[in-house]
Amino acid sequence: MSAQAIDSPSNSALAGRLGLERTLTLVARLREAGILLVLLAVVVIVTIQAPLFFSVSNFEQILLNVSLIAIVAVGQTTVVLTRNVDLSVGSVVGLVAFASGDLLKEHTLGVAGAIAVGCALGLGLGALNGLIVAVARVPAIVATLGTLYVYRGLDFLIAGGKQVSAIDLPHDYLGIASSSVLGIPTLIVAAALIAVVAAYLLRNSGVGRQLYAIGSNPAAAEVVGIPTQRLIFGAFVVCGLCAGVAGVLWGSRFGSVNALAASGLELQVIAAVVVGGVNIFGGSGTVVGAVLGAILLATIENALRILHLSEFWLLAIDGAIILLAVGTDAAIRGYFQRILVRTGRR
Amino acid sequence: MSTLALALSRRWESLLVILLVAFIVLGSSLSPFFLSGSNFSDLTSNLMEKAIMALPLALIIIAGEIDLSVESMLGLASALLGFTYALGWPLWLDIPLVLVAGATGGLLNGLLVTRAGLPSLVVTLGTLALYRGLASVVLGPRSVSGWPQWFTDFGFGDVPGTLIPWPLLVFAVLALAFLFVLNRTWIGRQIYAIGKNKEAARYSGIDVAKMKTFLFILSGVLSALAGVILTARFSSARADNGQGFVLDVVTSVLLGGVNIFGGEGTIVGVVLAIFVIGVLRNGLTLADVSPDTQSVAVGALLILSVAGPTLVRRISAARPRRQLTKPVSNS
Amino acid sequence: MRWRRGSQFATAGMAILALVACGGSSGGGGGTTALNIAFLPKAVNNPYFDVAASGGQEAATALSGQFKQVGPSEATGAAQIPFIQTLTQQNVSAIVVSADDPDAIAPALKQAMAKGIKVVGYDSSPAKDARNVFINQADSKGIGVVQVQMVCDEIPGCAGEIAVLSATSTATNQNAWIQAMKDELASNSKYAGLKLVKVAYGNDDPQTSTTEAQALLTSYPNLKGIISPTTVGISAAAQVLKQTGKAGKVQLTGLGTPNLMRAFVKDGTCKEFALWNVKDLGYLAYYTAALLVQGKIKGNPGEKFTAGRLGDYTIDPNGVVLLGPPFVFKADNIDQLNF
Repeated sequence: MSAQAIDSPSNSALAGRLGLERTLTLVARLREAGILLVLLAVVVIVTIQAPLFFSVSNFEQILLNVSLIAIVAVGQTTVVLTRNVDLSVGSVVGLVAFASGDLLKEHTLGVAGAIAVGCALGLGLGALNGLIVAVARVPAIVATLGTLYVYRGLDFLIAGGKQVSAIDLPHDYLGIASSSVLGIPTLIVAAALIAVVAAYLLRNSGVGRQLYAIGSNPAAAEVVGIPTQRLIFGAFVVCGLCAGVAGVLWGSRFGSVNALAASGLELQVIAAVVVGGVNIFGGSGTVVGAVLGAILLATIENALRILHLSEFWLLAIDGAIILLAVGTDAAIRGYFQRILVRTGRR
Repeated sequence: MSTLALALSRRWESLLVILLVAFIVLGSSLSPFFLSGSNFSDLTSNLMEKAIMALPLALIIIAGEIDLSVESMLGLASALLGFTYALGWPLWLDIPLVLVAGATGGLLNGLLVTRAGLPSLVVTLGTLALYRGLASVVLGPRSVSGWPQWFTDFGFGDVPGTLIPWPLLVFAVLALAFLFVLNRTWIGRQIYAIGKNKEAARYSGIDVAKMKTFLFILSGVLSALAGVILTARFSSARADNGQGFVLDVVTSVLLGGVNIFGGEGTIVGVVLAIFVIGVLRNGLTLADVSPDTQSVAVGALLILSVAGPTLVRRISAARPRRQLTKPVSNS
Repeated sequence: MRWRRGSQFATAGMAILALVACGGSSGGGGGTTALNIAFLPKAVNNPYFDVAASGGQEAATALSGQFKQVGPSEATGAAQIPFIQTLTQQNVSAIVVSADDPDAIAPALKQAMAKGIKVVGYDSSPAKDARNVFINQADSKGIGVVQVQMVCDEIPGCAGEIAVLSATSTATNQNAWIQAMKDELASNSKYAGLKLVKVAYGNDDPQTSTTEAQALLTSYPNLKGIISPTTVGISAAAQVLKQTGKAGKVQLTGLGTPNLMRAFVKDGTCKEFALWNVKDLGYLAYYTAALLVQGKIKGNPGEKFTAGRLGDYTIDPNGVVLLGPPFVFKADNIDQLNF
């Protein structure tokens, strides 16, 4: 399996001309612009067919549906950038959702306490993933496939077939999902904040740059002295934390939580990340792209419903979009390669 | 495979046999109903669709790729079968049609990976969604039943006079065929070579693209076959048939000793792993442990099965090498 | 070298095949007359079935029998099959099952019956030839009609678009009720102003039901009423109506448990809904199964029997026993029952 990361040696010539920083930025911005264009196209086309689509309340609905996935996608991006993947996020969200809901139901803790415990739990589960990958050196796809099973199984063990219903939860907790900050729903604000902070850190901090380096060329990163295993561990911890936050907000959003909560979420998140332009082999892609990818997929789902098209097309369209997105990325990379060959800078 | 890989594989298979026996002992101690022919018959028939899908997936992973779309191909096959049957077309026409559809789906996967050069993880993630979606479009939320008795008997029943489920016969034939092809033919050698080093394989004249495409087509056809068998077993064609299967199938292959990075693995190991997981799950089920809780054991097994050898390899690599040659004694 | 590995494979393979092929008979006699009855609901994490289970437990205690409940976490027919097989292996005396898919589980149930195990359907019937008796909570037509009636009462002017939020698409009971609703809407002129625009499926999963309910509100902005004939669906829909502020503008009714719906009835999100005594349903189902096991009834049409504290019942020509008429819950009576 060969990776075509943007700062691999063959692109270094172009990079040399533009400067590595600006190359990365250029491609990232291009990709994000691409999604925005598609998003715009979808909005225009659907609005013409059904003017209902273009309303504040509808867009709010879309963003609300996306908010939890976006939070998890931020964490997933961090992991994927290092050439790993975390398949267990769905199980982490589900386990945290039930655990915090149950703590509130049994009145063991107040809202603040439950949130704190939930986030800590997510962090811990992410750390366990990190240990298995970074210390035991189990390939991420295998490790997180295993923890997907284990965490979901633990969820069922503590849930034992029971569920936490809306009536069991305190009003303040449920209120989080229906409240707003300056007119914008709290969930959307929370997701946006997390995304912005993560995007800034990944782009501008030393650690962020090191994560990109690990993803594009792990061996070279080691040689240069980057503490790869430690950083990979950290990436998984961050991913677990994001999933934990989403888990805590889950119960508030849906009201009822049972052991099945968030099953299959990992595929939705990875789809968003891939559509958002993050290279599955690491080294390139942005958090903003991942979030835009999630928004695009959610918008299309919403559009299908508004147009009264059978929702059975939804999954097929999602699949087609993933294929298209990856194909486009490969084509873009191929384009850059050909430029370099033609200008003789190889 | 290289001698070292061969040695490790055999050791792994022995470990799996030990595990299998251990889980059989565990199962019989947890429930008096475990050690019976009809129980093993049930246990086996529940496994067969996943087992059939695991065979080509093993080859694909050995060749350095992956195919996540198998469960959706199964669902699409079931939906197509139901759709055509509901139209009134006879089964002897429907089943081959469905298998052809499976081949086409596999072909799409293969072309996207080899011609377009896209990573198989993402391609098959996309087709995982695409094929399941197409299944929903074809059949919607309904289910098709009313299958002929012989069809239902084939899927659910046993060979008359024995407790051998028909699908087990199908699987046994396929497993033996795969075993033969992988170990004794040039196809098998090429697959291992591709998995070990794609570039070297290409330079030595192997048509990597053609072989990989062939493997994906094979996976598509067998997933479709699994779909037909599942439909027969449930006597119900549904778009969501097979949902959630891919995890068990991938786990079986990896637990079976196939290296996720390619180049290593055996059919024997995969078959053993399928039954190890099946027996473990069955034993726990008879002890009234819910399937979801069983997953803790399966997940842990998967992680340990990969962490174990990796740690062993690291420890033996870290140890200082003994002298490889004996000093020549001067006479 | 190759032989050694081959022989390992052969040994393991032989062992398995031998057990599968020859294998000792496993309890050829079938069910025993000792009362070891298992409930197999559509899914286990469903409060409705938990209440029915408590009724079954009550009957078990009254009859000095054993009770247990097993089931899948997801409501699909495919998921129920392994449980039926396990119960068959464990040689229970009777299986009381609510079918996610009447045909998918039929072969497995028939295999159980062939072993002498009695099969009683409750809540949602398996295929007719795959069960001895079916305990229906109320007349299917009646259940459908009462829900249409309630939504008409709730919607001002009894006119506008309505939608149904169901459970799984294959569930026997859901489809029977929805058909009854459609027939009633078409034939009764009182409902001429109501238009059923969509049947959505929440799969008895809180998350799916929530997303489907939201989707209904988005795609049908003129929606006036939602009927949800499932406890999971109606509570999810109520939650969504409250969160989106549409409570009162879009009416809600259907089938639900009083405990889950109490707050929503009191604040007007759902003015009325129906159900039956779910605990009694479980009680009756267990009792009937017990009588079958003990040979006191055979499950034939016309047979009469007494089910403990519930009184006398007769099996109808289709092998069905009716529990009683549905019960309508409103703000003034919802505190009467606790389940």
